[in-house]
Amino acid sequence: MDWEAVRLSLRLALLSVVLLVPIGTALAWPLAFGRSRARLVLEALTSLPLVLPPTVLGFYLIVALGPRSPLGHAWEALTGTRLVFTFQGLLLAQLVTNLPFFLQPLVASLGGVDRRLLEAAATLGSRAPGIYLRVALPLAWRGLLSGTILSFAHSIGEFGVVLMVGGNIPGATRTASIALFDQVQGFDMAGANRTALLLLAFALAVLSSTAWLRSRERAWN
Amino acid sequence: MLRRALLTLLCALFAAGPALRAQGPRKPLSVVAAADLRGVFDELKAAFEARTPGVELKVAFGASGSLTAQILQGAPFDVFLAADTGFPEQVRKAGLATPEGPFPYALGTLTLWVRRDLGLDPARDGLQVLTSPALRKIATANPQVAPYGRAGEAALRHAGLYDQVRSRLVFADNIAQAAQFLQTGTAEAGLISLAQAEHPALRQSGIAWRVPADAYPPLRQAGVILARTQVPEQARAFRAFLLGPEGQGILARHGFGKP
Repeated sequence: MDWEAVRLSLRLALLSVVLLVPIGTALAWPLAFGRSRARLVLEALTSLPLVLPPTVLGFYLIVALGPRSPLGHAWEALTGTRLVFTFQGLLLAQLVTNLPFFLQPLVASLGGVDRRLLEAAATLGSRAPGIYLRVALPLAWRGLLSGTILSFAHSIGEFGVVLMVGGNIPGATRTASIALFDQVQGFDMAGANRTALLLLAFALAVLSSTAWLRSRERAWN
Repeated sequence: MLRRALLTLLCALFAAGPALRAQGPRKPLSVVAAADLRGVFDELKAAFEARTPGVELKVAFGASGSLTAQILQGAPFDVFLAADTGFPEQVRKAGLATPEGPFPYALGTLTLWVRRDLGLDPARDGLQVLTSPALRKIATANPQVAPYGRAGEAALRHAGLYDQVRSRLVFADNIAQAAQFLQTGTAEAGLISLAQAEHPALRQSGIAWRVPADAYPPLRQAGVILARTQVPEQARAFRAFLLGPEGQGILARHGFGKP
């Protein structure tokens, strides 16, 4: 078992979730309660990573993060390091790809919140951010939790984007799914089998837990 | 309740901070190598690390062309071992190599591998066995990024067989993946490296035949130390080891010729 790759996958998933929760929570508000045309555009944009081939996403990220792009250039000027083929670049790529996995359950949950409670909060003098943070979000906590779990799980398994943006560098960008790809090419079928089993067991556990959360939510409402 | 959640999140962010910074002071030596070195590298790594205590060697494999593309994009490697001389030369031209420039370290041997149970005899018929209808798929690497793939295509053209077998060729991403197609039975024959054809995973089930050296341009394999390396003395120690008797001996045992 390539434990270094497993550890890297876990670290990457953990950090991307830690960054996704505040970003995604802020984005979920206009997506769930917005009424303008812009909401539709935002919805399409944040769902894009679900349907785009990972290679397309990876390609644009290489272009966007590369040393010749404004972003890559600014990053290099600030930190002296490159974004492509580094853990940081991979983390940025993961944020983009995992956004819909966090947003969709949360927005769905927010949609199910009883509007009367929000209106009651408004009549009692609460302002919009307060209503969202103190009333809507706590009521949609299952969506928040399943979004967190799903984006974490998806981050563990991401392959295409990682291969495009990260290469296959041990200890920096070789995640568990890349290690599996590598083991197969190196005739290490036993090792590949162990890695695949671990990832399979993990995915099953995650899906069971989110299914349970959804069933509880239905029973509760 | 939510305020506490946000506080926890902030704490988690602070805790995660150190993980975002670069790893500790002891930097490993990172080598990227052409896929034909896969079967040899474990031994090279063990011998090198035994000789130079305190140095940790990390390796990743790929097609020479893909690795070159990554290096030109600024990938953070120390040493690049290619399957030809052209790709390291590109790295030098881009100004990314140390002043010493590329160094030849081995000569690769293009090898034809066919499944044993098909009754084909490459020792007698050479590349002509590839015209046999028993072979549904012939694996080799993508000629655009893999020097062995290029050599395979050249050998087929040299034998006048290319147009005849072209529809049955499957192109792997790199030569290790081509060998993996053979091991899993996805393809019944392939043009791969000698080290891979002699690998235990393939030796049992197939016949390996060395393609005559005059059938393709020589696979002179060169390496290069990248200018951006932060461990130059370790990189130079590795080059010295590779070109010295110990490294050359290991390469020779795995079917690589003298550069």
